[in-house]
Amino acid sequence: MKSKRFQVLAERDVNKDGFVAEWPEVGLIAMNSPNDPEPSIKIENGIVVELDGVKREDFDMIDQFIADYAINVENAERVMAMDSQELAKMLVDVNVSREEIISLTTAMTPAKIVEVVSQLNVVEMMMALQKTRARKTPSNQCHVTNVKDHPVQIAADAAEAAIRGFDEQETTVGIVRYAPFNALAILVGSQVGRGGVLTQCAVEEATELLLGMRGLTAYAETVSVYGTEPVFVDGDDTPWSKAFLASAYASRGLKMRFTSGTGAEVQMGYAEGKSMLYLEAKCIYITKGAGVQGLQNGSISCIGVPGAVPSGIRAVLAENLITTMLDMEVASGNDQTFSHSPIRRTARTLMQMLPGTDFIFSGYSATPNYDNMFAGSNFDADDYDDYNVIQRDLKVDGGLRPVLEEEVVAIRNKAARVLQAVFEELGLPAITDEEVEAATYAHGSKDMPNRNVVEDLKAAQEMMERGITGVDIIKALSKKGYDDIAERLLNLMKQRVSGDYLHTSAILDADFNVISAVNDVNDYAGPGTGYRMSEERWEEIKNIPNALRPEDIQ
Amino acid sequence: MEINEKMIRQIIADVLKDFQLEEGAPQATKEVEIREGNLTLKEKGVAGVGTKRDEVVIALAPAFGKYQTKTIVNIPHDQVLREVIAGIEEEGLDFRIIRVTKSSDVAFVAHEAAKLSGSGIGIGIQSKGTTVIHQKDLAPLSNLELFPQAPLLDLETYRAIGKNAAKYAKGESPNPVPVRNDQMARPKFQAKAALLHIKETEHVVPNAKSVELEAIFS
Repeated sequence: MKSKRFQVLAERDVNKDGFVAEWPEVGLIAMNSPNDPEPSIKIENGIVVELDGVKREDFDMIDQFIADYAINVENAERVMAMDSQELAKMLVDVNVSREEIISLTTAMTPAKIVEVVSQLNVVEMMMALQKTRARKTPSNQCHVTNVKDHPVQIAADAAEAAIRGFDEQETTVGIVRYAPFNALAILVGSQVGRGGVLTQCAVEEATELLLGMRGLTAYAETVSVYGTEPVFVDGDDTPWSKAFLASAYASRGLKMRFTSGTGAEVQMGYAEGKSMLYLEAKCIYITKGAGVQGLQNGSISCIGVPGAVPSGIRAVLAENLITTMLDMEVASGNDQTFSHSPIRRTARTLMQMLPGTDFIFSGYSATPNYDNMFAGSNFDADDYDDYNVIQRDLKVDGGLRPVLEEEVVAIRNKAARVLQAVFEELGLPAITDEEVEAATYAHGSKDMPNRNVVEDLKAAQEMMERGITGVDIIKALSKKGYDDIAERLLNLMKQRVSGDYLHTSAILDADFNVISAVNDVNDYAGPGTGYRMSEERWEEIKNIPNALRPEDIQ
Repeated sequence: MEINEKMIRQIIADVLKDFQLEEGAPQATKEVEIREGNLTLKEKGVAGVGTKRDEVVIALAPAFGKYQTKTIVNIPHDQVLREVIAGIEEEGLDFRIIRVTKSSDVAFVAHEAAKLSGSGIGIGIQSKGTTVIHQKDLAPLSNLELFPQAPLLDLETYRAIGKNAAKYAKGESPNPVPVRNDQMARPKFQAKAALLHIKETEHVVPNAKSVELEAIFS
């Protein structure tokens, strides 16, 4: 006989997920691998000669990079001598300021910082994250992609995402050669929604840089770093080459952050028996050492790996926390499908949503997940109302706002029409009125007519060969009578001359003011301090369209 | 590039073929050989750069068909290979198979195939099934077509991949094989993918030269 109860349980969503037992020898363990090193540091004449049990002569390139660039050597010996549990208590103590914490955490070695956060349970990690994130006001980022790489849909989805509250938007491609069109469509669409939204196009690094230099994107994120040498070498890279790439962005006044996450090394088969969190800590230190302002982490595309082992989702929260402890912006994951179970999905996201981070999602899917070309996000367009209600239930600012159908339809239509005009002016394959209409009302690409892909790819390549830049798009917009959007794009381009948005955790408001860790410092020091929702913002979150109003009842 | 008699003969043959085409001679279409039975991969020494412009090189990752025998969704490797080959032959082109052991990264495996291919077009296949169509002039981490979600790749797709690679090799711009997306492939398969890839990577030999293979179906 089979138990009917177990039969029902076996069919539950959670049991469609993959789980595996720990295998420490190859690094299939979230935290505290028996092979993780003991924290240690030795400094001679201002130079680190021993790091976490490895002598300088035995350093690999990652150890050397971290030892030479990522640790505040002045305070290191004093902080390393402090008790890890005491340091962990300071992290959650509201009477110890963020500033004081940062002076300690930036003087620790990777093994030490891992030992400190390992003392914390998830509630304590959230308390620490609330205090240590760099920007006071939390924010959110979304993905705008579709399985057809349909530019008109991208423009419409980007515009809708902008009015829903996303401050950053990221696209990528199904077919690599579509990249110029996707970058163009998300740029134009987002600015139709709200001036000042930052956009990026995640593709191969050289192409991504080129798109940025051409003014077709406003920031970059897909610059990956890894915690073991073989994985770096597999990608033909070193910490120095990544730092060089970062400086290439800086030289053009473009915002950028690195990407890393637990599970990447074990996924690629080179974890050297170390825990996922310890290796991720090394990535965070590489980012710090490269002088980059921020990091996207929280396992990201490898979330299925920590998600499958014990304490994995706790490790993911810990890696976000370590990023903020090193005084960097964190775009904190939640951007990849990780479970079939809505209960697990929600529990995982509350870890970042409740304390708030610089970007709670580094990719909330602004389309239904079937269109998400990052292989799906933890929350998608079909979850918008759930998310808005969670904000309202808990009075938490998750960065989004309820919207009305009329405003969404209107803004999607405008974005599609504006892109139609830009395509016409730039001599790109025509966008038909039928496509504009479809994008206005579409749920996803299943509702969109097919384009001539071969013709589009040819035109996208020619667009790059012709040297089309952001300025050409501004001219095209103006010529077609969209001076309002042209001006927004111009203001966006101006940022790379002023450079203010290169500061840590920078976003732009609708008037193109920079809001960053410099002018919006997180000053959390317990109840009544730090980020508190304004009355205006609370009204916005409260007023979901489907709430009954007493005055409407007879 | 090394110029030798073999290469010169090949160039002459290619030029003659072009002449024939211009004169309207019927283009020889290759028979798609029926391949049945179990796969044996016979090693034939170090793989060199091809001289034939009408070939596509298929590069197998370190464990493919040797230490591992099926993809992440249990499609037997011999069937995968058979379909890719059939796709290439359907377009009238030749294929060559090599084993790459210096990397288990599918981008580098595929790029190695492209670099050794007379047409400059190569296909890289990992044991778990992940596949890339590559071109020698592209950056290693770029590609012509990438099929990252191994659990979604069926035999029909592998045939289409072979076919498209052959079309690129002929200088055509084919419609890319339709992109598939299943957002739940990760939660279900990623941990298994990690295990399979760890086991494949155990067979990586740094700096090893790629080896020419003969596929015998018997």
